[in-house]
Amino acid sequence: METTMQSPMTPWPYRIEKVIRETHDTFSLNVVPKDSSRGMTFNPGQFNMLYAFGVGEVPISISGPKPGEQGMIHTIRDVGVVTGALHQLKKDQTVGLRGPFGSAWPIEESKGYDIVIMAGGIGLAPLRPALYALLDQRDKFGEIVLLYGVRKPEDLLFTKEFETWRGKYGVQVKLTVDTADREWRGNVGVVNTLIQRADFDPINTVAMICGPEVMMRFAVSELKRQEVPENQIFITMERNMKCAVGFCGHCQFGPAFICKDGPIFRYDKVKQFFGIREI
Amino acid sequence: MKSLESILGNHPFFENLAPEYLTLITGCASNVKFEAGEFIYRQDEEANNFYIIREGKVALEVCPPGKKPITVQTVSDGEILGWAWLIPPYHCQFDAQAVELTRAIVLDGRCLRTKCVEDHTLGYELLSRLLPVVGRTMEATRLQLLDIYGNND
Repeated sequence: METTMQSPMTPWPYRIEKVIRETHDTFSLNVVPKDSSRGMTFNPGQFNMLYAFGVGEVPISISGPKPGEQGMIHTIRDVGVVTGALHQLKKDQTVGLRGPFGSAWPIEESKGYDIVIMAGGIGLAPLRPALYALLDQRDKFGEIVLLYGVRKPEDLLFTKEFETWRGKYGVQVKLTVDTADREWRGNVGVVNTLIQRADFDPINTVAMICGPEVMMRFAVSELKRQEVPENQIFITMERNMKCAVGFCGHCQFGPAFICKDGPIFRYDKVKQFFGIREI
Repeated sequence: MKSLESILGNHPFFENLAPEYLTLITGCASNVKFEAGEFIYRQDEEANNFYIIREGKVALEVCPPGKKPITVQTVSDGEILGWAWLIPPYHCQFDAQAVELTRAIVLDGRCLRTKCVEDHTLGYELLSRLLPVVGRTMEATRLQLLDIYGNND
């Protein structure tokens, strides 16, 4: 039994500590292990496999908590059968969890640099722990810029935290939506257009991007136009991850497996495969 | 107090423009200010103005009949507003409304067109600055059309 529980393919039972409604179709689950000897450490950018019992398993990025707080937060958009089942779960119910898996955002390596964080849609979720880690040692970094785009104003995630990030930590938080009515006083347009409105030193900048692949392609293009070096741009790739440990090959991306070698890649390491439709 | 010429010269759109052209363009320029909610131009109006945004934010809107106006793009500090003044039939395609107090330099499109016809090098200079803006706008529009954050992304 002990051996089975230690297998990377076996989910551990986690109790749902809190369910947070984020938007009309997106929610967060804060979970804690039922076995208290099980750790809850992770690196910003990593993901877990969440298992809705009897329904299925999905890879979900870890979106929190803040340093020093308990649990592991997963922000999930209800778009399918498994995420729909997870959406039905209530506080104190149990979810299966394997992880954490995958690579992390380069927090330590980015000390001394300006940081540009670009997120599209639910892509802000895996970037939030990176932001927490940066803010936890704010004086080690130069400008911190958050550029965040969504479809409509009501799709914005974590809105209550924007003012803290702006006011307490001096983060340049720039938001944009694809379309809006007159109630929205912010920017309208795709997230890439915010790059030229932000104040940072391109040569001395590390960029971390998470969003739909099309968005990231144009974001990288704009960052390069601003002369951010390719080896200072980090992207997250998404494919059909099943086993999360490089066994099954479902998430193969060129010579890499997204689950094991990614999901975060340095752009110059994968650029020859990035945007190729057959891969 | 800064002169119009120095304000224009410091705007990203006119970065590194030859001083003699800057002087020429300043001849078509004047300072303007729009309060939040004020319309700068309306759809189908004659497009005779080219705005260099100094500070503020402007929403480009379409207003489907019987529905609320929809903002499709915003432009702000360091950007430009309007290029229909350059291309026939010189008609505005959207409503432009200041979202917040907006200060800009307005250039008379007819005056600029005349100067571009008289001096093709100036025309080339302006077009080579406008085309990247138009290109990026088109690129952004295509991305918006893809609805990449929707449920099917």
